[in-house]
Amino acid sequence: MDLLNALVAFLNFVFIPAAAYGAQLALGALGATLIYGILRFSNFAHGETMAFGTAVTILLTFGLQAMGLTFGPLPTALLALPMGIALTSLLVLGTDRVVYRFYREARAAPVILVVVSMGVMFIMSALTRFLVGVEDIQFTDGARFVINARDFREWSGLEEGLALRTTQLITLVVAGLAVAALFWFLNRTRTGKSMRAFSDNEDLALLSGINPNRVVAVTWIIVAALATTAGVLYGLDKSFKAFTYFQLLLPIFAAAVVGGLGNPLGAIAGGFVIAFSEVVVTYAWKQVVAYALPGEWVPASLLQLMSTEYKFAVSFAILILVLLFKPTGLFKGQSV
Amino acid sequence: MSDLDALREDRGNKDRSVASPVPIGVQIANNDGSRPASVVARAFLVGEGMVGGYGKGPSILNGCTISAEKGEIAVIVGPNGAGKSTAMKAIFGMLDLRTGSVRLNGEEITGLSPQARVAKGMAFVPQVRNIFPSMSVEENLEMGAFLRRDDITQTIEQVYGLFPILRDKRRQPAGELSGGQRQQVAVGRALMTRPSVLMLDEPTAGVSPIVMDELFDRILEIARAGITILMVEQNARQALEIADRGYVLVQGANAFTGTGRELLADPQVRKSFLGG
Repeated sequence: MDLLNALVAFLNFVFIPAAAYGAQLALGALGATLIYGILRFSNFAHGETMAFGTAVTILLTFGLQAMGLTFGPLPTALLALPMGIALTSLLVLGTDRVVYRFYREARAAPVILVVVSMGVMFIMSALTRFLVGVEDIQFTDGARFVINARDFREWSGLEEGLALRTTQLITLVVAGLAVAALFWFLNRTRTGKSMRAFSDNEDLALLSGINPNRVVAVTWIIVAALATTAGVLYGLDKSFKAFTYFQLLLPIFAAAVVGGLGNPLGAIAGGFVIAFSEVVVTYAWKQVVAYALPGEWVPASLLQLMSTEYKFAVSFAILILVLLFKPTGLFKGQSV
Repeated sequence: MSDLDALREDRGNKDRSVASPVPIGVQIANNDGSRPASVVARAFLVGEGMVGGYGKGPSILNGCTISAEKGEIAVIVGPNGAGKSTAMKAIFGMLDLRTGSVRLNGEEITGLSPQARVAKGMAFVPQVRNIFPSMSVEENLEMGAFLRRDDITQTIEQVYGLFPILRDKRRQPAGELSGGQRQQVAVGRALMTRPSVLMLDEPTAGVSPIVMDELFDRILEIARAGITILMVEQNARQALEIADRGYVLVQGANAFTGTGRELLADPQVRKSFLGG
């Protein structure tokens, strides 16, 4: 029995990966929830927006690397990120101009916009595949670890190693900064407040002289920034593959719905709820339990509730449960 | 019906004329027994000879005329479906008039959008959904002043002076307040543009009688500051007591017009609309 080793194993295999994944989901869900709150539809193209943003950032990263520019111990992709955000903003603003605006002006029902966004999703996904292909792409460079498992073992004298990858730390720091900036913007600036007002009561916002076109444009730019950041962080942490980003749509919507659609705070909480549930359910707990319990009590099985291939079932189950029992989510959001 | 209507969620047709068992034509009230509306051409706010309805539906307003001088309280009362709220919305530009005109301070504003009318100094408090529920009381007031670029702290102080309870609740989300307090937030929000005309659509709907008296007192105070008030009210008797001008509408046309006191004293008005 060795609780310290159990704790380190838990941190290493469950807590740190889930926290990083949760931060990525939270950023993704924030974008989806903003669109729902302000433009009033569930944007099915959100995963593909993330993929497109990541794809252009990857191309820019390769360009920077070819020019011999790197970011020292940090990944070069962070240098390329602002430009990637700018290009993604252009894409979504263009999409809004060409596609969504027509339906908005016709005051189309949300369900119509959802189907429209599916069409946009297919086009964006094709665009991304044209740009960078369908293969797995690694674009992480710089220092790989902040804390190395071997160094940690030598330093602590424990059997278990603790590793903290640079990308995981960057994910948490960047996500924290992005969320802080977003909340500052929404709660302290005139434009941010007008976006909340528009989300709260569109007619009254119009009556107060708030310009709807400006609110919509600013929303899309923020969404592009959040989606690209989330996508790049996810790609740095794992790898980039266009199809994986399409699959991210489910956990992201589950996160947004769990938190309460339209509620930014809820999206963040939802992201972590989904990430931790996924990791906890699909992790083989035997290693941790072996440290925590006396030898003869340790069961022979792996103690894995579900194999990792089924991780999407976790988001799906949570989504269904929330919709059945608490449709407005954990925080007060709009019901679906 | 345009093709775009197909995109909307409404199932069935909300136009009553489709399913109505009797043909709906233009019905003009019998005005024989009433006095005509007073001469209004020169009043501060005038909606004259207004005819109009929603979309392509039947006319709800059939030539009604509403007016008010600066600092006056004008109250529109009448039976359900008389077009009271519609008359107010027409003055605010929320529906297109087929004939008639709206003038503010002598200026023709018939063709202006509601937002443009706000910029001209008109403020409107809708009957429902008249606040930003998830935003704090103070943010609600700030949003009311969105069009203004100058310092708004003094106007916020004036609103707090008028409704002291809002000062205590200024950090609280407006959606968590009681019905009466929400109504105060709604009126406060509308006052933030420093309007010359304040229009209230049933401000006392759903609030207790005590809160209603309190609200009417505040409305009197606002009018004394020189702001013209136009109000639609279900609580006709109480509203007419504070009214400088009262309009009784029937089927979208003026049935009776007079000062609030005159209408309260008129036996015909009492019998038909005030319950004896």
